[in-house]
Amino acid sequence: IHFVLLISRQGKVRLTKWYSPYSQKERSKVIRELSGMILTRGPKLCNFVEWRGFKVVYKRYASLYFCMCINQEDNELEILEIIHHYVEILDRYFGSAYYILDEVLIAGELQESSKKTVARLVAPQDSLVEAAKEEANSISNIIAQATK
Amino acid sequence: MNPFSSGTRLSWVRIKVLFHCRDMIRAIRACKTAAEERAVVRKECASIRAAVSDNDQDYRHRNLAKLMFIHMLGYPTHFGQMECLKLIAAPGFPEKRIGYLGLMLLLDERQEVLMLVTNSLKQDLNHTNQYIVGLALCALGNICSAEMARDLAPEVERLLQFRDPNVRKKAALCSIRIVKKVPDLAENFVNPVVSLLKEKHHGVLLTGIQLCIDLCKLSEEALEYFRKKCTEGLVKVLKDVVNSPYAPEYDVGGIADPFLHIRLLRLLRVLGHGDADASDCMNDILAQVATKTESNKNAGNAILYECVETIMSIEDNSGLRVLAINILGRFLSNRDNNIRYVALNMLMKAVSVDDQAVQRHRVTILECVKDSDASIRKRALELVYLLVNESNVQPLTKELIDYLQVSDQDFKEDLTAKICSIVEKLSPDKIWYIDQMLKVLPQAGNYVKDEVWHALIVVITNASNLHGYTVRSLYKAIQTSGDQETLVRVAVWCIGEYGDMLVNNIGMLNVEEPITVTENDAVDVIQIAIKRHTLDLTTRAMCLIALLKLSSRFPSCSQRIKDIITQSKGSLLLELQQRSIEFDSIIEKHQNIRSALVERMPVLDEATYSGRRAGSMRATVSTSHGTALNLPNGVAKTAAAPLVDLLDLGAEEPAAPSSSGGNFLQDLLDVDTSSSSQSGTTQPQKSGTDVLLDLLSIGSPSPQNGSSAPDILSISKDNRTSVSALDSLSSAIGPSVQASFTAGDAPMMDLLAGFGPSPPAPPPTEDNGPAYPPMVAFESSSLRIMFNLSKQPVSPQVTHIEAIFTNKSSDVYTDFIFQAAVPKFLQLHLEPASGNTLPGSGNGSITQKLQVTNTQHGKKSIVMRIRISYKLKGKDMLEEGQISNFPRDL
Repeated sequence: IHFVLLISRQGKVRLTKWYSPYSQKERSKVIRELSGMILTRGPKLCNFVEWRGFKVVYKRYASLYFCMCINQEDNELEILEIIHHYVEILDRYFGSAYYILDEVLIAGELQESSKKTVARLVAPQDSLVEAAKEEANSISNIIAQATK
Repeated sequence: MNPFSSGTRLSWVRIKVLFHCRDMIRAIRACKTAAEERAVVRKECASIRAAVSDNDQDYRHRNLAKLMFIHMLGYPTHFGQMECLKLIAAPGFPEKRIGYLGLMLLLDERQEVLMLVTNSLKQDLNHTNQYIVGLALCALGNICSAEMARDLAPEVERLLQFRDPNVRKKAALCSIRIVKKVPDLAENFVNPVVSLLKEKHHGVLLTGIQLCIDLCKLSEEALEYFRKKCTEGLVKVLKDVVNSPYAPEYDVGGIADPFLHIRLLRLLRVLGHGDADASDCMNDILAQVATKTESNKNAGNAILYECVETIMSIEDNSGLRVLAINILGRFLSNRDNNIRYVALNMLMKAVSVDDQAVQRHRVTILECVKDSDASIRKRALELVYLLVNESNVQPLTKELIDYLQVSDQDFKEDLTAKICSIVEKLSPDKIWYIDQMLKVLPQAGNYVKDEVWHALIVVITNASNLHGYTVRSLYKAIQTSGDQETLVRVAVWCIGEYGDMLVNNIGMLNVEEPITVTENDAVDVIQIAIKRHTLDLTTRAMCLIALLKLSSRFPSCSQRIKDIITQSKGSLLLELQQRSIEFDSIIEKHQNIRSALVERMPVLDEATYSGRRAGSMRATVSTSHGTALNLPNGVAKTAAAPLVDLLDLGAEEPAAPSSSGGNFLQDLLDVDTSSSSQSGTTQPQKSGTDVLLDLLSIGSPSPQNGSSAPDILSISKDNRTSVSALDSLSSAIGPSVQASFTAGDAPMMDLLAGFGPSPPAPPPTEDNGPAYPPMVAFESSSLRIMFNLSKQPVSPQVTHIEAIFTNKSSDVYTDFIFQAAVPKFLQLHLEPASGNTLPGSGNGSITQKLQVTNTQHGKKSIVMRIRISYKLKGKDMLEEGQISNFPRDL
């Protein structure tokens, strides 16, 4: 997988993740091109578009389009399954889409096929952050109290 | 936390920074116009910048979060890059987490800043907190550069054995990135992978397999090693997965871990490809997967798809292949577009394996070309293109052309290109070719590429019996489709060339209805075209040329044509203006030469054209020294430039056939100047005071030679294949005509090749290594050259020649060198001679082998220019000659 894009129906970018080197300029060009191609496709058509010698597999969930760019010879049906896998995890575990994606894919390859494991890995990390926040809060409260 | 609760001591800027990240997002989303959004973003960026320069610790991660959001909207955020590095270097998990996230989003591997993070990464890879190790692995796996890969590979290698499987799997994927960046490192990972492949943890197994696939791609040795060590184990793993009981954690639509299935199948494909034993080992399980997998859900189909691909790639097992093709057949008739798409995709690969099996689905595939889904149409078209062969080209092309009429505009370009390519490649005869193109041009003339219509014109000029038919058909087509650029070009060109056949219904075919076209009607077509603003310069320039040609063909319209040409005299386009002025002066002042000037174009040489298209320029002259033969041809040099000019005048724009015509002349010059160097070339210069006349006498027979010459021209054009006509001519006219041609055009060259006072060639014996009697290739008072010819039946184009040189004088020749040159359609290879001293009085000989490849075998005969140099009593001697008495079928 070369990159992952989440685009809203209005064409706003919600998440980007690049596994192959694209300069910032190329990135915005890619996004522009692809949202133009994908958002205009009708509902009954297949979930693949061919683009610059690659294939982009996309699937729409509610008002969000999940897009993944792959090589010509990759298995498109499996990518659909990976998108679905990711969406289900997002659905079950309420957390940052970025952090969850990092537990699903690394270097453009699938990392974990168990949704439960992903959730089990993200949860403690999120709670580490929460704990740190609370600590910071209580410290600032103490300072605030002391300087009243 | 409310930013304002403790904000009393903060400056206004700080308060802005404290503006909560969610609030910012809300503010941005609330913007109604792009300008408003830009203003909000600008303010936010300013405050973040201020915070950066203040080195604000507390809100660094919040600022970065905001920056990432701003980045996603497409605004520049480079000033945040250093912030990422600072956060990564911070001790706490939350800072590191957002720091790495920012790193992956805001930077890519090509930025130098990235190098600064190597040290932090190294520390984090050795951190005691496994989540921090995980963050570092993830970042490294997603963006590491080659330098970083080299520096950090040992850490990652070590982590492949880490106690927690979740770190192992991350390290495995990170290794993929590392070996892709630095392939030399691949061997370090081979052994660790073998143990990963034995793991039970799905994540580790999944990523280990993936790493293994990538190692196999990089190193043949690794592939061989894994094939020996792991194939059986992997087959067993796949068996276990396929037969595993319901496992809710990995279940997708009733299948246990389809992802693992797919990766195992993929790795088996790599291992089985090109190795019969490994392929054998996996046959059973592949058959089981192919027959037992449920195909009612996407996950099952994904597995079947992967399985089919594996079956196609591993060593031949016909039983399995039947299974695979059947699965694809089922896919193709599926109602789900996704499934049909992948079926088409897969069938493309299957064509090379089993063409017949794919041909069975041709009708369905053809239907897919007409699908409403562009992705499916495109795949299907590619597939149809692969399926076309001599036996089905006619019905398939008909289907495609029929569809061209109703297809979407944006699909027409692809479709047209494919149709044209099929027609060019597989047409059974010229009339079919021309007919198909005559259907395509009115439909999609604006999508036809230049090479295609150039090729069409070459074909048309070569089909002398179809000239009339073609020009009439084009005339009819242009009446309704005058807006299709390439149709207009071809039609204008043909009307210019064959206008007389249009108005007189010459060369009627049985299928044709006679049409009534007056000379004025024909001129109308061109006048309309030249006035049409949508047509480009090339087309209009072609129109001018056609008009010039018609002015001679249709004398009654001459004045009208002159008026049309004159209208372009004031054109702002230099090309049109120049042509118009020049042509006008030809019509006005050079009546006497006009008809000769606008003679029909010589037949364009198909092989030369296609050869040139392929971009393969063959060496035209080869000698034993490998240097070009330098013939005394002062005249040729001066003649070359005006000749090209003339052609340019007489033909159309340079990219069109004229270019091949122009080059063609060059071809001719190569040979022809040599053939004429002894005599004729001086004639035209004497006779010409008018420059144009001069040119003409080069392009066509010079006036002194009487009326027989033009006859040869036309005969040779119309009967290029009719050898007997040439034969009779050659005996009738003889060498004097040869001299009068200075640098003629193609057919003349053919004539020249056929000429010569030599005895007629012996009749060739057919097939299986024809035998040729020795021929006297050259004879002078001092020298005789005999050629022994032979051919291998397998390569009829190649003639092997053994040249035997005999000295007829009584003195020894030293420094004997034989050189030869051939026209472009031949390739010559000279082997070293047996010696360079030739004893006198026939007391010995030198032999030398030559090999001539005739790219136009069956169409043209071999001709050769030779030059022999030697020393006689210390004096340099030079003899030259042309050999044109080769047997015809060489």
